[in-house]
Amino acid sequence: MFDKPAAGWRPSASLNALESRAQQLHFVRDFFAARKVLEVETPVLAGHGVSDLNIDSVKACVAATPGHSDLEAWLQTSPEYHMKRLLAAGAGAIYQISRAFRDGERGSRHNPEFSLLEWYRPGFDDQQLMQEVGELVCDWLQLPNPQRLCYRDALIKFVGLDPFEATQQCLASRCEAWVGADLAHTLERDACLDILMSHEVEPALRSEPPTFITHYPASQAALAKTSRIEGLEVAHRFELYVEGVELCNGYWELTDATEQRRRFEQDNQRRADAGKPIMPPDERFLSAIDAGLPDCSGVALGLDRLLMLKLGTGSIDDVIAFPIERA
Amino acid sequence: MASYSTNEFRSGLKVLLDGDPCAILENEFVKPGKGQAFNRVKLRNLMSNRVWERTFKSGDSLEAADVLDQEMEYLYTDGEFWHFMLTDGSFEQYPADAKAVSDVLKWLKEQDVYTVTLYNGAPLSVTPPNFVELEVVDTDPGMKGDTAQGGTKPATLSTGAVVNVPLFITIGEVLKVDTRSGEYVNRVKS
Repeated sequence: MFDKPAAGWRPSASLNALESRAQQLHFVRDFFAARKVLEVETPVLAGHGVSDLNIDSVKACVAATPGHSDLEAWLQTSPEYHMKRLLAAGAGAIYQISRAFRDGERGSRHNPEFSLLEWYRPGFDDQQLMQEVGELVCDWLQLPNPQRLCYRDALIKFVGLDPFEATQQCLASRCEAWVGADLAHTLERDACLDILMSHEVEPALRSEPPTFITHYPASQAALAKTSRIEGLEVAHRFELYVEGVELCNGYWELTDATEQRRRFEQDNQRRADAGKPIMPPDERFLSAIDAGLPDCSGVALGLDRLLMLKLGTGSIDDVIAFPIERA
Repeated sequence: MASYSTNEFRSGLKVLLDGDPCAILENEFVKPGKGQAFNRVKLRNLMSNRVWERTFKSGDSLEAADVLDQEMEYLYTDGEFWHFMLTDGSFEQYPADAKAVSDVLKWLKEQDVYTVTLYNGAPLSVTPPNFVELEVVDTDPGMKGDTAQGGTKPATLSTGAVVNVPLFITIGEVLKVDTRSGEYVNRVKS
């Protein structure tokens, strides 16, 4: 009964870190109150999970409620679908501080349950939203306003490869040094790019000022609009890196219902190829897009990582009271 | 043989990579928000003692290596092999070849206890305890009363190891030495 170490019940974060956490929440709420962005709450437990190939939802079961049989449900990986339904219903500018859940993600910067700040700005494009993200993050961290670097230039600068022009063979060869020859040549193009991004670009960004990476390849658009710029298919998607830490992911949002449906199908095809469960598209979400999502930009930002940067720690366990092993 | 998935990788775990036994040193989970999950792993190749860095797809697995650390007493050498005996009372003996003992030779003293790493049942390497006690067999004559000056001189120990010692140390004295740094710690009263 007493064989477990006595420290097991204690929080992994210091009480000082938890105080900073509370201050950070105040700061965020003040920031949006001053800009008249409405705070909302949406379900964490819902009937549909995300279809994204590389994001796994935690499954839950809900007992029958009057008029409904037992439900297969999922803990939400982000409040995106629900917040877009609010936008379609005319909610205007909204933000949410919520818990999000991603199965299998655990490391020095990951916990399967984490705090996400997500907000949407009707009438903003990706450039305008980046400006606002920069103000929030850099005011809080007391850092200079971020620079902007497009995905293509980042890879050319830090890897020496053009992600749009390089052949598959060339990308795989470059990854061999990291993953070995056997695995490198089985990887898809985007997986190769992920390796170069996380193994070569991210470390290089540690010694750069805060940096927005913009204009991802269209194949990595997720739910962002795409367009043709200088002859290349790019996504209006951005990420902010501070000291090499990936802090947020934003889009000039896709509002085209047909294209949205096509991306769900494409996601599920890739899930099937990878042997992952199919996630049926959320019809309520698609109906909302059909009804009309206002032209808007949105972004999701990891609050645990923001606090890690504020406190200068490399471990998420230092900023969460009870990470998964102690939860 | 069992295998381990990337999420079971812990520091100290022994696995086979490209046919060689390796000890895992670090395992870092890397995942761009929308991208694929990988584990970036540092391993020590136990054959070459080199540190390797290798990235795996999260969820991939590696075969476990039959590697076991055992406490053994050093007995003697016949010139070709160095013979060790388990300290568990079984008297079981293991001959280690020159490669396995190359790093430990200068600290190897009969009847002392060492950690012998066995791979597929044969000694792969031998690790000395953090501190060993060895006799001085050669050094310049000591200078009595010069304990405060802090000068040093080389001294040769019974195993052939050469360490820097204070000037007052004389032949025949037994010294405690830190095997990790190769530094003199203190004299041992005998």
